[in-house]
Amino acid sequence: MNKNEKPENSRRKFLKSFGAGVGAASLAGAGMLAAGSASASPGKKVKVLTTDGTLVEVDQEALSKVKPDTEKLREIARQGLPNRKFVMVIDLAKCANARKCVDACQEGHMLARNHEWMKLYSIQDSEHTSPYWLPRPCFHCDNPLCVSVCPVGATYKRDDGIVLVDSKRCIGCKFCMTGCPYSARVFNWGDPGVEVPDDHVYDPELNTPPIEGTVGKCVFCADRLRDNMLPRCVSACPMGALYFGDLVEDTVTNGAETIRFSKVMEEKHGYRYLESLGTHPSVYYLPPTDRLFPYQDGMDALDESIKVRYKNAGPRGAKK
Amino acid sequence: MMEINNKSLMRDLTSEIEGTSKRWYIIFGFLVIVFAIGIYALVLQIDKGHEVTGMRDNVVWGLYIVNFIFFMGLSYAGALISGALHLFRAKWRAPVLRFAELITVIALCIGPFFIFFCIGRLDRLYILFTHPRIQSPITWDVVAIITDLVGAFLFLYLSFVEDFAILRDSKDVKMKEWKRKLYRFLAIGYQGTEKQYIILKRAKDIMAAMIIAIAIIVYSVLAWIFGVTLQPGWHSTIFGPYFVIAAVFSGAGLLIVLMQIFRKIYKLEKYITLQHFINVGYILGIIAAFYGYFTFSDYLTKWYGSVKMDKILIDKLFEDYYFLFILANYVGILVPMIIVAFKRFRTIRNIVLAAVIALLGLWINRYIIIVPTLETPFLPIQDDRMEFVKYAPTWVEWALTAAGVAVFGIFLMLISKIAPLISISDMEEADENNEL
Repeated sequence: MNKNEKPENSRRKFLKSFGAGVGAASLAGAGMLAAGSASASPGKKVKVLTTDGTLVEVDQEALSKVKPDTEKLREIARQGLPNRKFVMVIDLAKCANARKCVDACQEGHMLARNHEWMKLYSIQDSEHTSPYWLPRPCFHCDNPLCVSVCPVGATYKRDDGIVLVDSKRCIGCKFCMTGCPYSARVFNWGDPGVEVPDDHVYDPELNTPPIEGTVGKCVFCADRLRDNMLPRCVSACPMGALYFGDLVEDTVTNGAETIRFSKVMEEKHGYRYLESLGTHPSVYYLPPTDRLFPYQDGMDALDESIKVRYKNAGPRGAKK
Repeated sequence: MMEINNKSLMRDLTSEIEGTSKRWYIIFGFLVIVFAIGIYALVLQIDKGHEVTGMRDNVVWGLYIVNFIFFMGLSYAGALISGALHLFRAKWRAPVLRFAELITVIALCIGPFFIFFCIGRLDRLYILFTHPRIQSPITWDVVAIITDLVGAFLFLYLSFVEDFAILRDSKDVKMKEWKRKLYRFLAIGYQGTEKQYIILKRAKDIMAAMIIAIAIIVYSVLAWIFGVTLQPGWHSTIFGPYFVIAAVFSGAGLLIVLMQIFRKIYKLEKYITLQHFINVGYILGIIAAFYGYFTFSDYLTKWYGSVKMDKILIDKLFEDYYFLFILANYVGILVPMIIVAFKRFRTIRNIVLAAVIALLGLWINRYIIIVPTLETPFLPIQDDRMEFVKYAPTWVEWALTAAGVAVFGIFLMLISKIAPLISISDMEEADENNEL
């Protein structure tokens, strides 16, 4: 699924709802499209709602598809999906540190090799507890400090729980980076040096390409959610350790298995990372009990270039 | 008609306005070169991006923010000291008051530039005004700094009005015609009538009280930029008052240093005496005690209760930052106190030394408040790139730091060509009351 297919889908929905006489096509949809398709029969008239709300009739042949421009996409990205509250559940017992989530994220978001929105930490809470692998996306907190401290509203919280960054608005003050206690944000210190396709249109829901001097972070793949698809990391995980879903529906899925959110929280004692900070994350963890893979396997499988990151991993602040 | 009876006083204080010495040009030229190097560094940074700095993810704020806090602190300290000296009618204030007022305005003009250097997209700065969000402490700071700029300029200008009138009417001071025209304009028709005198005096009193309040509020707002975050070491309730006290400490230090420099260069030994150094030294010493007390209580509570992240931070301070910590929080506080406390240490040279130590110590204190905290996030830094783990400022950042200091000197030297660095009217008044 890529960006180009999105208008197609929305258009179909738009025309359908219009044909049913509901006239419920959203203004945003109408603004995006002066819809039409090549296979239309000649001479047929269609009714179209213009951006100022007037209903007009035009020859279907005269219509052509318009790609939504960045301005429109930025506007749309401020509205969350209605009646949704997205959550992620990460089963630490299943994580083998395969790093497929990181790769899929970087590929999907045109990120440089060591520019990671999804990060894998080796965590050992204290001296006598066992280490485990911790995949860390943005937590999309319900009390997000990054959003509070942003002086220009470049980063914002939507109704569906997602926290996004509008890279066209961001002034690069980096206050959000000091505000976030989970180090979830990355800064584009120099020219990101990515090749951008000619027809690429910037959309905060995808948030690519990275723009120099601005902040980037995990977006819960908001662009794919609009098309009822799972985030890239969730689809990519070979172990099915990542679940994504909706609190309103009380359901999360890793693609293969769909489970009740409340039930898995109860049975496996779900928790949120650093709960005491009061940020109310939308990402829940299941503790690494009855693990499918030993911690050391995750380490051994790593490239040497990545392994060096963890050479000082171990309990922090331990008595010396 | 504003006339000064004491001719030698007039001559001594206006000699810089009349002519320019060779030494002035040499020092000025040097400062301009330092400034030019800074401009080159800035152009490089804008061209190549922030990659040329030592800042990376984790330590996203470095020298620039340290300098920002430092310069803003100097400014607010200048406001507090000049406001307090004015309001309390300190008898000895006449020769030093204007230095404090100048520190306020000049540092306030320089400080915000360090924020600009730190911002990734300078071209979008206008968004701060087109889409401001009042929840953000940065917005508070924008409002606060603008308010302070207006207040500090007003206060400085009011204190200059009488002198502009004196210079406008002076027959003995040789100057170019444009300068006299400038004074005529700036003196806004002040003739020294009793009514004008009272109005001006009242306005100065009101502004003095106001800038004290503004300075405290504004510097607290700046401290809260750090205090409101959850970061270990920053998330502290005492940051507001702690920052204000530390600011006054640095301001008193800078005041002493400037007194010495301009006393030497402009031969003002007759007017700025040992007694003035001792008096400002007392301010420095007393504030040092308060500042040390705040520092101690902040670190004591973090260390004793030892929340895990606080302990990790303090371990870091006593390992990686051991010498800086000792310099900032022991040497930087205790040495100035000792020098001022014992009578036999109280020479001009020693007090100036104490002031320099105080200034450097405070700058380092700012550094070890900002950088180690950012190197100690809640999730451990696990990175193979050394520069992402430990912050090391690059020459670009140092060049811009030096440029900031140079601009301070440039401003002072230029102002000394237009306006007397010691208030003629205050000195005359003090002279008549035999307070000198």
